[in-house]
Amino acid sequence: MAPPKNQPVGGQAPVVQRVRLRYAKRGPLRFTSHRDFARAFERALRRGGVPIAFSQGFTPHPKISYASAAPTGVGSEAEYLEIGLQAEVDPEKLRVALDAALSPGLDILESVIAREGGGSLADRIDASHWRLELPTVDPAEAEAAVKAFQDAEEVLVERMTKQGKRTFDARQAVTRIAVTQQSDLPSGADGTPCAIIDLVVRQVTPAVRPDDVLSGLRAVAGLEPPVPPRVTRLAQGMLTAQGEIVDPLNADREPALPG
Amino acid sequence: MSVRSVFPQLEQLLPRVSKPIQYVGGELGAVVKDWDATTVRWALMYPDAYEVGLPNQGVQILYEVLNEQPDVLAERTYAVWPDLEALMKENGVPAFTVDAHRPVRAFDVLGLSFATELGYTNMLSALDLAGIPLDSADRTEDDPIVLAGGHASFNPEPIADFIDAAVLGDGEEAVLEITGIIREWKAEGRPGGRDELLLRLARTESIYVPRFYDVDYLPDGRIQRVVPNRPDVPFRVAKRTTMDLDAWPYPKKPLVPLAETVHERYAVEIFRGCTRGCRFCQAGMITRPVRERSITTVGQMVKEGLEFSGFSEVGLLSLSSADHSEIGDMCSGLAEQYADTNVSLSLPSTRVDAFNIDLAQELSRNGRRTGLTFAPEGGSERIRKVINKMVTKEDLIRTVVTAYGNGWRQVKLYFMCGLPTETDEDVLEIAHMAHEVIRAGREAAGTKDIRCTVSIGGFVPKPHTPFQWAPMERPEVIDARLKMLKQEINSDRGLGRAIGYRYHDGEPSLIEGLLSRGDRRVGAVIRRVWEKGGRFDGWSEHFSYARWIEAAAEVLPGFGVDLDWFTTREREQLEVLPWDHLDSGLDKDWLWQDWQDSLTEYEQDDCRWTPCFDCGVCPSMDTEIQIGPTGKKLLPLTPIKNSLGVSA
Repeated sequence: MAPPKNQPVGGQAPVVQRVRLRYAKRGPLRFTSHRDFARAFERALRRGGVPIAFSQGFTPHPKISYASAAPTGVGSEAEYLEIGLQAEVDPEKLRVALDAALSPGLDILESVIAREGGGSLADRIDASHWRLELPTVDPAEAEAAVKAFQDAEEVLVERMTKQGKRTFDARQAVTRIAVTQQSDLPSGADGTPCAIIDLVVRQVTPAVRPDDVLSGLRAVAGLEPPVPPRVTRLAQGMLTAQGEIVDPLNADREPALPG
Repeated sequence: MSVRSVFPQLEQLLPRVSKPIQYVGGELGAVVKDWDATTVRWALMYPDAYEVGLPNQGVQILYEVLNEQPDVLAERTYAVWPDLEALMKENGVPAFTVDAHRPVRAFDVLGLSFATELGYTNMLSALDLAGIPLDSADRTEDDPIVLAGGHASFNPEPIADFIDAAVLGDGEEAVLEITGIIREWKAEGRPGGRDELLLRLARTESIYVPRFYDVDYLPDGRIQRVVPNRPDVPFRVAKRTTMDLDAWPYPKKPLVPLAETVHERYAVEIFRGCTRGCRFCQAGMITRPVRERSITTVGQMVKEGLEFSGFSEVGLLSLSSADHSEIGDMCSGLAEQYADTNVSLSLPSTRVDAFNIDLAQELSRNGRRTGLTFAPEGGSERIRKVINKMVTKEDLIRTVVTAYGNGWRQVKLYFMCGLPTETDEDVLEIAHMAHEVIRAGREAAGTKDIRCTVSIGGFVPKPHTPFQWAPMERPEVIDARLKMLKQEINSDRGLGRAIGYRYHDGEPSLIEGLLSRGDRRVGAVIRRVWEKGGRFDGWSEHFSYARWIEAAAEVLPGFGVDLDWFTTREREQLEVLPWDHLDSGLDKDWLWQDWQDSLTEYEQDDCRWTPCFDCGVCPSMDTEIQIGPTGKKLLPLTPIKNSLGVSA
């Protein structure tokens, strides 16, 4: 009764439902890396009793696919992933079960059933909307730096990548950059100034991340925040001609309500 | 007075350090309580990196036991890596707990669990970062009681200057008793200050307070005596033993980290203690007698632990898991219960016999047969008699061949180098054994595609073992033997290709030896090494042999001794050992006899199956062997529909 040489006994149940989730990385748990999140999410699937489907083979992996993840240390209100299930579930009950199974700060916000033939999540995301809080930075100084950045044709920045140090342009991918006035932020609560930059960046290769834009602001205007800026992804999706970002889950919600 | 979280300051530093998630907390199972609603507060530290410290069973158990008390708060802290340590010093951020980021100095107790002596320098970093004076003598009522536990606390003399107290043995009941003493002392308005509190702890006769004992030395450097310096503390301090493990089913709510750690599994201790009698094994000597957890409690813990944590791996831990009286039913029962899930079960298998393979087969029913591990520990039959590891070469070959014949492709073999009386020939035997394993294994498997990994650790003589008198081998001799062994393995290229070889250099072992059997004078060496930047001595990339050698050479001659005196010197029967006043229950005469027996290659059987051999533990500690079988079996799990309408 030895198992066949290259396959385990039996097989894995097929995928009968695909669910897409939006989740947030908040507060201290923004320091969760993508790998850390992925492990925690797999455990949450087990704790929540989610009928996740597995790949075939000797080391079956749960069917999970992630859209581009925010960097470690960056908060996010708009991370996305898709899971394949071997039994149909109610998406809202699934959301509640998973949210309860994850630490507070890793929060599952939305859950929708993927519409068949609607394309992949990745096909619906080509830009991100970020908020950069620069505590102790005078908004006027930030304003000047942003202006200089906008006026530049090209802003070359350097970053260490797995391939070594790379130099690339951080300007072209930025479709919107502006200093906004908001006063309801905790970092501004004690009276110290805090500049807030609103930023929309297209997802290009090599990726231009918020810290690259900050490097760019340093390069063009010498803007040096004395304390580490606090960055949050507010949204990601398709960029319209008007510069708005379309929620990638819209297309799955109601066929009657396309983006 | 409430304390403030240091997180707002820490948060500024985290983007600048590697793996910041390890300092953030937020694990499943973590508890954050209202500071002001509690009366006794513990900071529990595992003095190594978070990735090593978080899975530690001891800390997790005590954390849960303490937090179950309504008026007690326990939080955890781990060693911070040098990158964060430098930033914390630069920015004035004190040592903190990961649970609520409260400053360590604000707690009543800082409890450190020392699984190994190599964590001593990390303790000094933690004290320094916390703003707690390094010397016990310099502390005030504003400082926590610094309390050592874990196996290394069976000889805490090298850190006697730095700690206020040490607990030997099992911690479950000890932490509650200590909590009670502190609660009462605080309620009375802290009469007599710190000294009175320490005195109350010492009077329990099971908490060691080094400051109440004086050590006198002979002109030749040996210890003359260790005696109490006041009339109201005991001459000897006894270890703790938790009886009836079924009454202490912890961890119930295991900590589930977000960061990657060395073990990601639900670990359940299936028994504590071991009487196999391996003479090198401190754990086996100091944790006697054997106390089993019953099959039904283990089954219940696994079920609840998995439900709570979402882990997909279960480890059935103990010092020799195959020895549990119900291990067969336990393994088949669990394998049956989790047959259709993606939960994997593992048994750290160290005993060399075919029964272990049956168990491993059960546990890997629907999974992979990747690797099996055996620990013959000694290369030659002679040296295995010296260390009392009763296994013949024929047994080993037969066992390993059975494994290969049943589809396993990889076998790992653990050995030690530097054992008492060891010769080059004993070590070279390891190569011959590995060759034979591959030769016989290829035949049994019917394929050349099998592997065997030989892993060698350095022997370190430990207190409270028969080898506590033994001389250590010099590092250069160890390194030469390891090199010779490598050549011998590769002398047959066809077989050598299938044999992996892992080893540790002799130098770190020598330092571990200094710290293990050191006395109070070694404290000055630890302090010097730490001042010179020594941290994370258990990590080869941070450990510096040169730094230890240098510090020992600066400090020890002042006492008329040196590094060799502590390590490569053989002790005599009547020498007072630094830990003689600390009672593990083992009769010193029995230990000496066992040491003499080892030199005549006399083997000692296990008291679970043969008559008591009078090691002394049970009568002196008023304990007894607690083993099954209970005759009970694990029942199939009843599927229950969850909130998603799915049977779990």
